[in-house]
Amino acid sequence: MKKKSNILIYLALSVLVCIFIFPVIWVVLSSIKDSTELYSWPPKFIPDNPTFENFIAAFEKGNFGTYFLNSTFVTVTATVLTLIINTMAGYALAKYRFKGDTWLLIGFISTLMIPLEVIMTPIFSVISKLGLYNSLWGIIIPPAATPTGVFLIRQYLLTVPDELIEAARIDGAGEWKIFWKLIVPIAKPIISVLAIFSFMWRWDDFIWPLIVISDPTKYTVQLALSNFIGEFNVDWGSLLAMSVVTMIPVLIVFLIFQKQFIQGMATSGMKD
Amino acid sequence: MVEPIIKEHAAIKTAKKSSFRSDKLKRQIVPYFFVLPNFVIFFTFIVVPAIVGLYYSFTDYDGLSEMNFVGIENYKEVFQSSEYWKIFANTFKYAFAVVPLIFICSLGIAMLLIKEIKAKGFFRAIFYWPTMISAIIVGVTWKWIFGDSFGVLNYLIESLGFKPIKWLSDPVFANMTVVVGTIWARIGFFMVIFMAGLQSIPTSYYEAAQMDGASKFRMFRSITLPLLKPTSFLVLILLLIESFKQYPLVLALTGGGPAKQTTYLVQYIYEFGFKKGELGYASAMSVVLFVVIAIFTVIQFKWTKGGTID
Repeated sequence: MKKKSNILIYLALSVLVCIFIFPVIWVVLSSIKDSTELYSWPPKFIPDNPTFENFIAAFEKGNFGTYFLNSTFVTVTATVLTLIINTMAGYALAKYRFKGDTWLLIGFISTLMIPLEVIMTPIFSVISKLGLYNSLWGIIIPPAATPTGVFLIRQYLLTVPDELIEAARIDGAGEWKIFWKLIVPIAKPIISVLAIFSFMWRWDDFIWPLIVISDPTKYTVQLALSNFIGEFNVDWGSLLAMSVVTMIPVLIVFLIFQKQFIQGMATSGMKD
Repeated sequence: MVEPIIKEHAAIKTAKKSSFRSDKLKRQIVPYFFVLPNFVIFFTFIVVPAIVGLYYSFTDYDGLSEMNFVGIENYKEVFQSSEYWKIFANTFKYAFAVVPLIFICSLGIAMLLIKEIKAKGFFRAIFYWPTMISAIIVGVTWKWIFGDSFGVLNYLIESLGFKPIKWLSDPVFANMTVVVGTIWARIGFFMVIFMAGLQSIPTSYYEAAQMDGASKFRMFRSITLPLLKPTSFLVLILLLIESFKQYPLVLALTGGGPAKQTTYLVQYIYEFGFKKGELGYASAMSVVLFVVIAIFTVIQFKWTKGGTID
């Protein structure tokens, strides 16, 4: 009886797995087809002459290399910035008592309520006034102060006993040194969770680049892809190749940090 | 709204009072220094735009000429525009298709995955992975499958002896493709939340029910559903907020067409603000959207005690 129901579960899961992975497999297989096989009717599942010509074309003609570098620069810089400023703010809110701390906390939490999509237009005005329009820094700096990050760090550091910090103070360590030498190592697990999420948010980000960038040499991969698919005559070969290359970094990060990802999400219920 | 967090914060503050009494001036400045970078960015790019946006919504600002105060003209226009309400209805229809479908599917998969099965991690990873893919690539992927003339789906339909379907250029089917893409991309996220919720239900409840001879369905209705209520509620609200903000997936998949049938609120606002230069009007629409989202968010905060599930 038990065995029978287990077989049914495996059957159901296997069918679901097929449905879930088919789209990606299909995109990957299509990306290594040559132009005749790509549109052949009936479609071929496995290509007869696998080729990398679409990938080469995307990098040579489509300027994809530039977009990829732009995205890499934005993702890495933004993640470093996010980690530093959020850990600092989270630490202050968890371990110090100062005038206005309650208001600050309320402020940070209430901004979770203002979705970026709602303030797109005025953000554009602010970005232009500050001279950040068409600059990669315009995508890097603004979303770095994520309330989710501050909150995550704060909640984690609340569990650290005050005595530990007091002891370091008695030993004569300065506040700045305490932060870097004591707090950062302690908070490492939560900082790495935030790092992984920040990587994914920035790499997959679309709305910020859309608002800030109009110069094609500054495009990120997501922006380039969205422009590419909007064209009248879509060059599917290059588009699919670019999509595959764009998926790879996230896939690698996911495979390495899968556990942290799912645990971090389940325990904090966080979204960007 | 954020009472539990603030209360917790106040308690810590009182507890700390004694140990902080000896604070030197230097130590009182330090926390401001730690908070400053974050605060400056947060203030410049969230607080200021929010205020500016509210202000724009009462003007005829077009990005070029001088702006004039027009009172509630923009809001009047929003509420009188039949196109706006059509877009609003599109968004609602989309939300009311996506929310229950993702809810049921992710709960179903979560219930299968918390059973004692082999390769649990593998299955979980497969279902979760699409949530990592950017919305634009999700759109590319499904467009390649649904394509009217080149899509593999129409090939399957044809080879089964049916007429191919105009997935992307028929109004009803175009909305369906967006819903399918969303479901595929988002199930994993909510599945993980449901798994956490399901795991928090003590197994002893089920064991006791089993001894009393309760059926599987009875257990689901009398144990699982009631104890899963907080999680279910959180999932519902998060899903609703998410579907009201949908834009990138649609942009890649259908571009909002045919004839604005899959254009939802955020895309509509973007077009007015950035393409037609009607920033005042776009801001008024944003404020209306904000109110809708804020209502859901406040409910969510109240329920989850400020953003943490537990």
